[in-house]
Amino acid sequence: MIEERKEILDKYQLVVGLEVHAQQLTKSKAYAGDKNEYGSLPNSNTSPLTLGHPGTLPRFNRKVVDYAIRIGLATGCELTREMNFARKNYFYADLPKGYQITQDTTPICTGGEVYVKDENGQDKRIGITRIHIEEDAGKSIHDQDPYNTLVDLNRAGVPLLEIVSEPDIRSLEEAYNYLAEIRRLVRYLDICDGNMEEGSLRCDANVSVMLKGATEFGNRCEVKNMNSLRNVQRAIEHEMKRQIHILENGGKIDQETRSFDAITGTTFTLRSKEDAHDYRYFPEPDLQPLVLHDQDIETVKKAMPPLPRELYNKYTEKLGLSEYDANVLIDSKPIALYFEELTAHTKNYKAAANWVMGEIKSYLNQTATSIEKFPIKPTEMAGLIAIIDEDLISNSIATQQVFPKMLENPGRSAKEIAESENLLQQSDDTWLKGIAEEALAAFPDKVQAYKNGNKGLLGLFMGEIMKKSDRKANPKMASEILRKLLEE
Amino acid sequence: MNVDDKLIDRLSNLSKLEFGTEEKERIKSDLVKMLDFVAALQEVDTDGVEPLIYVNPEVNVYRADEVTESLDQKEALKNAPDHDSFYFKVPKVVSGGE
Repeated sequence: MIEERKEILDKYQLVVGLEVHAQQLTKSKAYAGDKNEYGSLPNSNTSPLTLGHPGTLPRFNRKVVDYAIRIGLATGCELTREMNFARKNYFYADLPKGYQITQDTTPICTGGEVYVKDENGQDKRIGITRIHIEEDAGKSIHDQDPYNTLVDLNRAGVPLLEIVSEPDIRSLEEAYNYLAEIRRLVRYLDICDGNMEEGSLRCDANVSVMLKGATEFGNRCEVKNMNSLRNVQRAIEHEMKRQIHILENGGKIDQETRSFDAITGTTFTLRSKEDAHDYRYFPEPDLQPLVLHDQDIETVKKAMPPLPRELYNKYTEKLGLSEYDANVLIDSKPIALYFEELTAHTKNYKAAANWVMGEIKSYLNQTATSIEKFPIKPTEMAGLIAIIDEDLISNSIATQQVFPKMLENPGRSAKEIAESENLLQQSDDTWLKGIAEEALAAFPDKVQAYKNGNKGLLGLFMGEIMKKSDRKANPKMASEILRKLLEE
Repeated sequence: MNVDDKLIDRLSNLSKLEFGTEEKERIKSDLVKMLDFVAALQEVDTDGVEPLIYVNPEVNVYRADEVTESLDQKEALKNAPDHDSFYFKVPKVVSGGE
């Protein structure tokens, strides 16, 4: 495809709405008691209901409602108090029942919002139209057998949350950040593992363009089959350029469903508007309606984990951390929870953040360990920070000697280690003065040079003190004493 | 509703069935009878009446989130017209579906 010039692309405004499907982390399926598990042998997690056998009746999984309430609360949605389920009818091999049980007119959540950063780093509100409960279909494999499509029904009936955004997204960055935020949110809420490669989090994008300043949206295309955050961004970018190219050449956009090809980075038609499904929704007679009481919502509310945005605001506003630090810390929930506990035991938040983002993260990366298995408890880390703050050890002794020994000896406090390894910094005035005098005596000519104005030589004297003291001299005190001696 | 070939074609497409000309004619006359029957019901004034979706007044019929049943692979596949040891086999579908 011909790349449009920047000034042509700049004439148009991108408009995107995203539909996210999140597989719920339940043990069993939405409407039957067969196992919900990724990676099992094909067709080993099924039941007569999942296979669409006659005479079966669905029974609704309680957990699925609680998970839906969680995300509803986290996105500030209105929770629907009386709901029923609907059948969405279509004929396809991965859906043996011939219909998907979903929510049509009474989605459990409506009218919420999520805040994401726009391309200028400003907060941008993205509206959530609705979130509803439904079930996944099985998996069709088209490329393993030349004559048949192979079907695996393990995934059929896995509970899904479909999260539909308003068409509020105006740039590729916002689309990426919105999806990243939704993924982070479902992970924080423990309702979905957010693994896009395995398909437990999937995204369809409704993409249109209009001239800047226009008030009416252009015709939109729905793009499917993007299996990573990056690919969602690539697919939207390609689709935007494709539509602009058509409009610039006097064409018009046909409303259709398109698929993204990750290898070529392009989209192609899956079905046109004429082929659009006629789903013939009607109320599901086999599932009784649901009624949510205040108490159901309260119970879920009480068990809610901290949310990434709350933590971000706390870290930047109350703990005085930079936006960058706050973002790194909240990115993964287990890291954030570790940091939370650490800051409950130290007031030196900046040092706590630096340890978590620096030494701790690099240890986790190098050893491929998760923070849950990190050998040093937050209280012990706080102890390490405390003895640095008390000038008992220097930063470099802490990172190079005490921290590694703490990793090897879980449960031993930083102070015990520093004491037994003889690493405590010497802050004894007389002792330090003695060493400083020795150090200066070793370089009489340099002392003269210093006194003549070469102040850069202070580093040399400090090095000598460190050498003579086995690196145990308190550097702050030593440099003060040095200065004093040299001024004499 | 106008019961013509177009409607029958659309319905057969939705249900993935194929009919011959003669069958189509029979379906058409059956369908007209069914629609007439429903039309008779539509004469009743239902203004202001909530639709009755469920005959049974029960709500919140839940099941705990536990694995209570699972068919093994062999059991799951045994009634399928075509399968191998792992998968159901169906005619090749090139595109479409969800």
